[in-house]
Amino acid sequence: MINVPSTVKIAFEAIRVNKMRSSLTMLGIIIGVGSVITMLAVGTGARERIAEQISSMGSNLLIVLPGSTSSGGIRMGAGSQATLSIGDAQAMAKESPAVAYAAPMLGGVAQVVYGNQNWSTGVSGTTRAFLFVRDWQLASGRPFMDDDVRNASKVCLMGQTVVDNLFGGLDPIGQVVRIKKVPFTVIGVLETKGQSPNGQDQDDTILIPVTTAQKKIFGTAFPGMVRVIMVKAKSADDLPRAERQIADLLRQRHHLGQRQEDDFSVRNLTQMMQAAEQSTKIMTLLLGAVASVSLLVGGIGIMNIMLVSVTERTREIGIRMAIGAKTWDIRLQFIIEAVTLSLIGGVFGIMLGVGGSMLLASIAEWNTSVSLFSIVLAFGFSGLIGVFFGFYPAYKASLLDPIEALRRE
Amino acid sequence: MTLISAQGISKDYVMGEMSVTALKSISLEIKKGEFVAVMGPSGSGKSTFMNILGCLDRATGGAYLLDGSDVSKLQRDELAEIRNKKIGFVFQGFNLLARRSALENVELPMLYDGVPASERGARAADALKVVGLSGREGHHPNQLSGGQQQRVAIARALVNRTPLILADEPTGNLDTRTSVEIMELFVRLNAEAMITVMLVTHEPDIARFSRRVIKFLDGTVLSDGPVETL
Repeated sequence: MINVPSTVKIAFEAIRVNKMRSSLTMLGIIIGVGSVITMLAVGTGARERIAEQISSMGSNLLIVLPGSTSSGGIRMGAGSQATLSIGDAQAMAKESPAVAYAAPMLGGVAQVVYGNQNWSTGVSGTTRAFLFVRDWQLASGRPFMDDDVRNASKVCLMGQTVVDNLFGGLDPIGQVVRIKKVPFTVIGVLETKGQSPNGQDQDDTILIPVTTAQKKIFGTAFPGMVRVIMVKAKSADDLPRAERQIADLLRQRHHLGQRQEDDFSVRNLTQMMQAAEQSTKIMTLLLGAVASVSLLVGGIGIMNIMLVSVTERTREIGIRMAIGAKTWDIRLQFIIEAVTLSLIGGVFGIMLGVGGSMLLASIAEWNTSVSLFSIVLAFGFSGLIGVFFGFYPAYKASLLDPIEALRRE
Repeated sequence: MTLISAQGISKDYVMGEMSVTALKSISLEIKKGEFVAVMGPSGSGKSTFMNILGCLDRATGGAYLLDGSDVSKLQRDELAEIRNKKIGFVFQGFNLLARRSALENVELPMLYDGVPASERGARAADALKVVGLSGREGHHPNQLSGGQQQRVAIARALVNRTPLILADEPTGNLDTRTSVEIMELFVRLNAEAMITVMLVTHEPDIARFSRRVIKFLDGTVLSDGPVETL
């Protein structure tokens, strides 16, 4: 029958008496737990950021790009040829059952002027479908309607960054701005989206009807054509089907023969992002595994110090045995001491880990996220390490012969 | 009433090919309330005998009945329990835990007997009072004299109310005056609390406090009789 509170008290006292030794031993666990928590925080943070980006980009996305040109055997790369039209986008939305929305896009960088303010930003010509494809809401005003597209109205939707730069605190709705000297009425402000996966400010943008873009702004480069079509499939499961349907439809619309290569390419953005997420997951695991090694080393340190402690306290063990301590009384005493040591190390390690991830977040500006799970995991793990590495020294102590042990100085 | 009954106890140590006999078929009985001194030169087997009586070691032959039950075939943990409940030990070197207070040292046997914490303190304080150390409960061994340390050790041997106290040269590290005080304490405990006391000593002066003297030589009992024969 061992008395746990008094054993814990004894363990604390043993730690206090051997301050230097105990803190050096704990240092291993502190560093181990600290690095596990920091590494998991870095990994989780990276994953959260990617997940955020995926949701800001819109889900179930496909991007259709015009195909590559080849002249005299020199291929120019995707997007170098204008093969996609507004009609293609409309046909996709209408005829491909797996496609929910298809938004034709045509854009470029343009100087925007309001009063005495001016700002250079990305101007995209598109249709209302774009807002659905990107799951993008309006913060105020109204979206442009099919009529605006049909009539090539000079109206625009503005991203928050552009609003901030041109209007300051003023309400832009109803105001007229000049895009490449063409006057446009601001009819809506887009909801803030933040950064895109490749670090661009998604709010630094202006949307105008695609027809207006073709006729008034970017018309000369690709007459009647669009740069890219963004497609939203009906569901994640529909993505491969949508890809196939789009390919079939475009081949048919572009009159491509059996032997001819596609003059477009379809890319699955969501899949790419998921792959990125998967690789961060693996990175997190690897980082965690490396950090666990230091935890293991810390555990070996505890075992080492407990073995020394058993040797030093052989006489005490003998006294306790003579007085009536049983095998498990002795074992539990040393295991509890080891666990106490490792748990104290665990607590300090958690502080180090949380502090370290906060430091990384503020200095390196990494996105870190300390989860309660990782704290519980690290704390529980350090306790387990105490039990595991404390057991052998405790086992050795319990096997001592009381007569021999009492004789030891 | 017989407390200790040794029936042909022998002990052989096997060292490689060689076998050394430490005890040759010892048979003797000790009744409850006796005060026995065990004497003999070193190597005579008296320590081995005391270790067996103290359930710290097991005989290789014969039977040992303690308080009516055969303990010679018991396992390690069963022996630990017998030591806890039946035997109090007093050692030459006191063997107190250096970093525990006097009170905590005395509490130790009760810790392994599952005595609740509330009761432990009171009983330990009582035991310290019996050995004349009231007021020193909080002192650590290094703050106590040799005689006081030995009194703490005796209080520890008393606290579980064991019928038997085994003392291995309890005055070996003490000066003459303190030795006499310690022996007077044993005499008092033996007379008042009817505790059976067995002690090992080299000194006839110490042995004279007992009432029966057993002398060992070469693993056998050389003589066994009342203290007057010394």
